[in-house]
Amino acid sequence: MSLLHIQNLSVSFGAFRAVNHVSFDVNRGEILGIVGESGSGKSVTMLALMGLIDAPGVVSADALGFDGQDLLHASNAQKRKIIGRDVAMIFQDALSSLNPAYTVGAQLMETLKLHLKLSGAAAKKRALDLLDMVEIPDARARLAAYPHQLSGGMSQRVMIAMAIACNPKLLIADEPTTALDVTVQAQIMALLVNLQKQNDMGLILITHDLAVIAEVAHRVAVMYAGEVVETSPVPDIFNTPRHPYTQALLTSIPEHSKGAARLATLPGVVPGQYDRPRGCLLSPRCPYVQPRCVDEHPDLYTTPGGTARCFFALDDGGRPSHG
Amino acid sequence: MFTFILRRLAVVIPTFLGITLLAFALIHMIPGDPVLIMVGERKLDPEFYKAAMARLGLDQPLYLQYWHYLTGMLHGDLGQSIVTQEPVMSEFLKLFPATLELSICAMLFATVFGLAAGIVAATRRGTVLDHTVMGAALTGYSMPIFWWGLILIIFFSVNLGWTPVSGRIDLQYDIAPRTGLMLIDTLLSGEEGAFKSAVMHLILPSIVLGTIPLAVIARMTRSSMLEVLREDYIRTARAKGLSRTRVVLVHALRNALMPVVTVIGLQVGTLLAGAVLTETIFSWPGIGKWLIDSISRRDYPVVQGGILLVATLIIVVNLLVDVLYGVINPRIRHAR
Ligand SMILES: Nc1ncnc2c1ncn2[C@@H]1O[C@H](COP(=O)(O)OP(=O)(O)O)[C@@H](O)[C@H]1O
Ligand SMILES: [Mg+2]
Repeated sequence: MSLLHIQNLSVSFGAFRAVNHVSFDVNRGEILGIVGESGSGKSVTMLALMGLIDAPGVVSADALGFDGQDLLHASNAQKRKIIGRDVAMIFQDALSSLNPAYTVGAQLMETLKLHLKLSGAAAKKRALDLLDMVEIPDARARLAAYPHQLSGGMSQRVMIAMAIACNPKLLIADEPTTALDVTVQAQIMALLVNLQKQNDMGLILITHDLAVIAEVAHRVAVMYAGEVVETSPVPDIFNTPRHPYTQALLTSIPEHSKGAARLATLPGVVPGQYDRPRGCLLSPRCPYVQPRCVDEHPDLYTTPGGTARCFFALDDGGRPSHG
Repeated sequence: MFTFILRRLAVVIPTFLGITLLAFALIHMIPGDPVLIMVGERKLDPEFYKAAMARLGLDQPLYLQYWHYLTGMLHGDLGQSIVTQEPVMSEFLKLFPATLELSICAMLFATVFGLAAGIVAATRRGTVLDHTVMGAALTGYSMPIFWWGLILIIFFSVNLGWTPVSGRIDLQYDIAPRTGLMLIDTLLSGEEGAFKSAVMHLILPSIVLGTIPLAVIARMTRSSMLEVLREDYIRTARAKGLSRTRVVLVHALRNALMPVVTVIGLQVGTLLAGAVLTETIFSWPGIGKWLIDSISRRDYPVVQGGILLVATLIIVVNLLVDVLYGVINPRIRHAR
């Protein structure tokens, strides 16, 4: 049985469906990459999973299972026992994700106290160990430091230390390196993958960097305008993308895409609240668009390796199946 | 930190000069003089009048009078009251504890309820509760102190008979002023019922004086809180699995407090203005009532000296607020 099972998760803000019937699974020890342009609903999906979508946002799902527990019907108090302990999350902007009013040590030990009931010397010892694990030099001094005294890379290490404090079974990393310098990006990514292997965590890695996905991920889910449009194991997705959107993403790989807000090979942008098309959401931008694509919304169809939300999924040669 | 305080003091000197000039000019602009007021309706012998004015130094040209006031002040001498013959400073020190006690209680009331109201409104944003709390705050803010004091007196003192109308304590008690703070002195005196009486006397004046600061603190807390609740680190705190209460009170409030502390400091100035009215309504024997009485008696030295002392107080408090700001905010602390 998979570690995380999400079925038909939707998130609406008023009339706007930011996430629409998203389904995927993550297995123990698996790295699932999630890619897609900005605004495609990656973060909102993860926040919904963590129970962090506030009213007026509305979350619904057919199933939300984690490690044999039903998150969908769990009370808030029950969810808070799991969130932060078994499922942890790190964010894009580490610097602003740390509370400026408290020391690194205080913020680290807060988690230890909450979930592991550690306090005093034991908490401090564990906090030091954690800072060592994320390779922060001079850990003892860092415990007393305030976030504004840290660099971006250092804050992200602290965030990671906080996230792995209780040995989570699943770690969600939402663009963990986007805000960092290129040299630091590689270090942080290496650290994450290392920790994932050591602790046999499931890891959901959201990134714009397809090179990173190629290197570390086992499987990929591609999101577009609030939907999953393709899932596929990793080497396959690079060789034989099935969805035109995935194909466009791949051909637009810049050396180190920072932001990748726009795709060179696809004209236009991700449709927002007011300009979502009726049929396939990619139809206004798709180079292979057919009349059916404009009228009808495609389901997720099974492909040789995974799934794709396309009536005319691409063949092994990268050509649409309508010829 | 030291240079910071020095820099602040440099700004203070011209402020002080301005205040002395203003106090002097205003009190001399009011028609009448101390001798005329003391004599009242009776016939005034011009010879006696001249002699009295000369004795008080009021026959000299204004610029000379101002000069004497200024030089005296620089030597730490604020002169003495024309009415009581007591040094202004010792009168101030005798009456100040009453105002201090009232102000502390009013600020305590305003801070506790203002923070609570602001936090509740922010966390229940857009709900009926939010609108009710903020509506009440706006009403409180626009309430004229005099009218508000009378309403409370009529309701609680006259109709319900719960609280006394004036003074600091029932007349039956004779409390030796040790600290000047009635709450402490009554406790020290060991007289039965005295402390309760002091508390009952404090309640209404504190509410009246604290209402405007309460409203200001509530509004500031709400808006500051709303801003902080949108921050990334609040999302982090929630992702840790912390309870809603802990996120709000530990992670959000500490950061939201910085602008609120400034506002609380600024309210101290307003508070002293409010104290003048409140003390008058409740016959509270403090600085406010003292100044009002002195103005109506044209007791020039008291008015001039008193205003200066009050101004000093406000400046010192604002300085303290700045220091406190650095204590709450580590970024500022390290920048210095
Ligand atoms: N709290 C919110 N209220 C309204 N719309 C939101 C909110 N959060 C996100 N959205 C919208 O949902 C969409 C998906 O956002 P997001 O998940 O952040 O995209 P990304 O894939 O870049 O992480 C965007 O159009 C965004 O504007
Ligand atoms: Mg995002």
